[in-house]
Amino acid sequence: MKQLLILGAGTAGTMMANHMRPKLDKKEWQITIVDQYKTHYYQPGFLFLPFDIYTEDQVKKAGKKFIPKGVSYVQKKIEQIFPKENKVKLEDQTINYDILIIATGSKIAPEEVEGMKGANWHKNVFDFYTYEGSLALRNKLRTFKGGKMVVHFTEMPIKCPVAPLEFVFLADSYFNKKGMRDKVDLTFVTPLGGAFTKPKATASLSYLLKEKNIKVVTDFAIEHVDNDKNQIVDYADRAVDYDLLVTVPTNMGDKLIERSGMGDDLNFVPTHHNTLQSLDIENVFVIGDATNVPASKAGSVAHFQAETLTDNLLLYIDGKPLKEEFDGHANCFIETGNNKALLIDFNYTQEPVKGNFPFSGIGPLKLLTESILNHWGKLAFRWIYWHMLLKGIAIPFVSRNMSLKGKNI
Amino acid sequence: MEAVLAGINVMVSEDGYLTDFSQWNKEVGTEIAKNEGIKMTDRHWEVIAWIQEQVKAEKPLSIRGIKKSGVLDIKEFYKLFPGGPLKVSTKIAGVHKPKSCI
Ligand SMILES: Cc1cc2nc3c(=O)[nH]c(=O)nc-3n(C[C@H](O)[C@H](O)[C@H](O)COP(=O)(O)OP(=O)(O)OC[C@H]3O[C@@H](n4cnc5c(N)ncnc54)[C@H](O)[C@@H]3O)c2cc1C
Repeated sequence: MKQLLILGAGTAGTMMANHMRPKLDKKEWQITIVDQYKTHYYQPGFLFLPFDIYTEDQVKKAGKKFIPKGVSYVQKKIEQIFPKENKVKLEDQTINYDILIIATGSKIAPEEVEGMKGANWHKNVFDFYTYEGSLALRNKLRTFKGGKMVVHFTEMPIKCPVAPLEFVFLADSYFNKKGMRDKVDLTFVTPLGGAFTKPKATASLSYLLKEKNIKVVTDFAIEHVDNDKNQIVDYADRAVDYDLLVTVPTNMGDKLIERSGMGDDLNFVPTHHNTLQSLDIENVFVIGDATNVPASKAGSVAHFQAETLTDNLLLYIDGKPLKEEFDGHANCFIETGNNKALLIDFNYTQEPVKGNFPFSGIGPLKLLTESILNHWGKLAFRWIYWHMLLKGIAIPFVSRNMSLKGKNI
Repeated sequence: MEAVLAGINVMVSEDGYLTDFSQWNKEVGTEIAKNEGIKMTDRHWEVIAWIQEQVKAEKPLSIRGIKKSGVLDIKEFYKLFPGGPLKVSTKIAGVHKPKSCI
């Protein structure tokens, strides 16, 4: 029996199990998927949980529900990959493989910045990229009386790069609804040159920050969090005061990648941009947030990658050349508050532009423009995620490669 | 769009970053630096060469990464390229600026 081993049963790993099981002969191929947790989290929901838009139950389900029959699901911590020996060591067991898929994602590393995970962690310094952080922040916001709220991210790349901006927009709406917006001073702090960094988006969206009275601090490379003064301080000795800090720490691949000697400085695995084969080892493939490809780290990206990777695994098994197909396609809804959202559709080379999606001239969704329908789209994404994406079902009318149709270029 | 830097026709983004690294040379870099108010020294060029190597090897560029690199410390980085050192140094190096998806 040959073994296809999938590391990580998050968005990407689960999708790959669902894609591959029907395609590989059960008599010839065993498929095993390993994850340390039994809960599957809907991470995009962590943006909504703090504002009481979603409940706890809406963002987590038992992972087992999404693993297809005929795939063995192992709940253990993965210790190390030995790529030269084609084996993976789990906490108390070793699995040999013929083909390995790394789908161990990325996670926050607050310990990378001095003082971030300090005395005030989850007291007045919060992340919203974990279930625990997002929930603790919800409880804090329920009793928050106002003051200086700073929303910050440490450095790129982070998963869902627009989430910090969406967070600050939703915070504005949340405090408005509670009738206390005048009591909250909102500031967005970014290490980049602006809240928006692409020319078309900057031109069409900069009004949002003005309209919502959100201050922006740019080029802020955080050096430390001062838990006594309640300040974040950057390398140029600039300080920003807060009463409540919501931060996105450095994002890194799992330590497992470092232990295995397979990653870059941030523990992301060097991966071919278009085939998703690892650059170093032929029978190792990488998908989702775990790769170092310059695409957004997003569930929608993992979905498009999964379609290409499925084809490529079958080509690899047949000894045929791989398709250099994946183009960095991402398709993301961006909440802008007040029940509106934007939609962006882009790839490695095409920046987000205005237009209609998915049908040219018709839409019904509008690209890079606020609309209520886009907001419904974002909320529908949760249903699509649980019922279609994880199961590896293609989204109607949205192809794996980005289409130029409907885009104003 | 097209621009002329150091007498050479190059393609740049709307915010002045080269879009094709093969069009870069030291003269082009010097001219970009001049527009940013920076006079290049040997030390500047060492840093620029390191940044170009990182980008070529697809390694992530960040202030924290520079701290870990041992090539230079952050205070010096700020002194060499005042304002936003990553933003400015990548522009001079002819590589993409650190950016997000929108
Ligand atoms: C706040 C927030 C908002 C987001 N919004 C959106 C959005 O609107 N749209 C969108 O498309 N995407 C969004 N995303 C991004 C999306 O959730 C991720 O890109 C996606 O989940 C990546 O899938 P993955 O399989 O690569 O990683 P994950 O889903 O994170 O899965 C990795 C899995 O590997 C397991 N693992 C790792 N290391 C080990 C180990 N050593 N041993 C055992 N198991 C291990 C983990 O337990 C985990 O289950 C958002 C993310 C966040 C945090």
